[in-house]
Amino acid sequence: MATFDLNDATVVVVVGSGAGGGTLSNELAQKGIKVVCLEAGGRHEMEDFQNDEWGSFGQISWLDKRTTSGTWRVAKDFAGLPAWIVKAVGGSTVHWAGASLRFQEHEFKVKTVYGDIKGASLLDWPITLAEMEPYYDRAEKKMGTTRTNGIPGLPGNNNYKVLEAGAKRLGYKEVHTGRMSINSEPRDDRGSCQQIGFCFQGCKSGAKWSTLIAEIPKGEATGNLEVRPNSQVLTIEHDDAGKVTGVVYADKDGKQQRQKARVVCVAGNTIESPRLLLNSASAKFPDGLANSSGQVGKNYMRHMTASVYATFERPVHMYRGTTMAGIVQDEARNDPSRGFVGGYELETLSLGLPFMAAFLDPGGWGRDFAAAMDAYDHMAGMWIVGEDMPQESNRVTLHATEKDQHGLPVPNVHFDDHPNDVAMREHAWTQGSAIYDAVKATKTYRTPPYPSTHNMGTNRMSENARDGVVNKHGQTHDIANLFISDGSQFTTGAAENPTLTIVALAVRQADFIAEQMGKNAI
Amino acid sequence: MRLIDKRARVSRRTLLRTGAAVAVAAPVALAAGQAIAAAPVAVTGEAFATLVKLARDIYPHDRLADAIYAKVIEGIDTAAKDDADAKKLLMDGVAALDSAAMGMKHASYAAVPSYDERLEILKTMETSPFFQKIRGALVTGIYNNQEVWPVFGYEGESAALGGYINRGFGDIDWLDKV
Repeated sequence: MATFDLNDATVVVVVGSGAGGGTLSNELAQKGIKVVCLEAGGRHEMEDFQNDEWGSFGQISWLDKRTTSGTWRVAKDFAGLPAWIVKAVGGSTVHWAGASLRFQEHEFKVKTVYGDIKGASLLDWPITLAEMEPYYDRAEKKMGTTRTNGIPGLPGNNNYKVLEAGAKRLGYKEVHTGRMSINSEPRDDRGSCQQIGFCFQGCKSGAKWSTLIAEIPKGEATGNLEVRPNSQVLTIEHDDAGKVTGVVYADKDGKQQRQKARVVCVAGNTIESPRLLLNSASAKFPDGLANSSGQVGKNYMRHMTASVYATFERPVHMYRGTTMAGIVQDEARNDPSRGFVGGYELETLSLGLPFMAAFLDPGGWGRDFAAAMDAYDHMAGMWIVGEDMPQESNRVTLHATEKDQHGLPVPNVHFDDHPNDVAMREHAWTQGSAIYDAVKATKTYRTPPYPSTHNMGTNRMSENARDGVVNKHGQTHDIANLFISDGSQFTTGAAENPTLTIVALAVRQADFIAEQMGKNAI
Repeated sequence: MRLIDKRARVSRRTLLRTGAAVAVAAPVALAAGQAIAAAPVAVTGEAFATLVKLARDIYPHDRLADAIYAKVIEGIDTAAKDDADAKKLLMDGVAALDSAAMGMKHASYAAVPSYDERLEILKTMETSPFFQKIRGALVTGIYNNQEVWPVFGYEGESAALGGYINRGFGDIDWLDKV
């Protein structure tokens, strides 16, 4: 395995090892480019993962201090936990459920299609679906996404069968076990899904694609990639010409190190990435790096989410098998006659008893709550994920007084629902409940959003430098050798789970960086 | 469908062998109101009993023994042993609960006979730090207690058992009958 010197200024430094950073690191390494990937969290291999919700939460979650504000319910119920994401090698691909959906064509040009929506900072992506298709192809191939490349779908579990039966009775047509980056048959030296459940806690069989298991080891095998765990990047440095020169990070002992770099790619997820740019403010860039537009940290999106759980007279045991076991896609279209723009997906979701108690109705108690828990094994559940409207006021900022363990300002995450989000959620709750009522639910529950798992938009991609932070390659408008490589570059969020698009963008960005380095442009 | 034995955390074979299902199931299925052996270290015995009553009222599960609730209160009590603020929060909280009960129902909280009447009292203090501390501890103390998982039909760890690929992940059999 490669190791690179701190003073080696020829390396590409990638900050973060998740869907964006882990994929980019491997892709660059495959092209013969030397990469140092700095990961804030530790390295836990699949045998270390725990089939234990709270145990795993303590093991892999990003639990550094964060604050929240705004009217979203997460700020009240989970004030210090705006996002449910991972601090470990592999990033949130350790935790993700595996849903791998392409964006729809119109979702790359929502400003044009939706028009002006009051209060929303909509913008068209500077790329189209047609431009993304070859990269979606490559992403699906590398991830082994079911229902692509001739890979069969996964079998449906009990939770899926309830969803499917209800959805079909309701007349929904696009109902299936999903496009999942979980092996339905052995592939890429990994076995097929054992229906363990606990997808959120890190897959213990290796059937689920993650950068930890499927990208980073391949990159390391080239001799061009060094992954340094427990290395949290604190600031990015630049020279007088305004080019970035490297990063300062805290190593496993909390000691500061300086890694020089030819190119820096930031993939710390949508809260940490803008925070890092803002914390890197200097005399030359007083508002933070790559922030001439003032857009860094703004337009934070988290998807319009919610859940519906339902109880039935007879048992379901929804927790058996894959956590996200199937999908209803009929509502994903844009159909403003429903009272909102954009669309949403309905995807099965199950929580174990411990997390159900925490999330079914946060803060809930009493007889009704206990009755719901008593019916836990007779319960089915789905997650709602839809496009939310970007708003400038939804943003990640540096806290004025609170500092983290390294003495840097912690991020505050402010979020208010847009009226379009509220209307869409209401519609989705109604439809989700109707699905379960169609198979004679005894009771349905409208569960509010969990802390954010889909975090997007705080360093958004734009055609014009004044509207966003990065161009169509994720390259910052202001600094040629500084890139954003995670979901924070999303211009808008679409209705689909973001990981496939993050991976496709990383594959595309790796091609661009290699080409630019080859031409000595960066 | 493969259903699970909800009585206790022991295998069916053990139950059959011992022929003493009731006795084996006892740790979880103890009747409500059974005497609690715990000796409090921070709060008084009377306050402890009130806290256990409160705990059950917050998450009332008839199928859970008082011992399950008492275990959570025991943890809170132990943590308050050398923490004057925490101890004060508990003792003041119990006093406030009893005082509210006296005002509304002319009895101490634990002596108010009906759940609905106690609920009325709790509604007046559900946002207090005291109530929230107890409730918060119960969310994990009850539902993350592996002893009670079988009672709720939750099977916990599955990877070590080979997942559910051969253990009923898709064995639901009633959907065409509803």
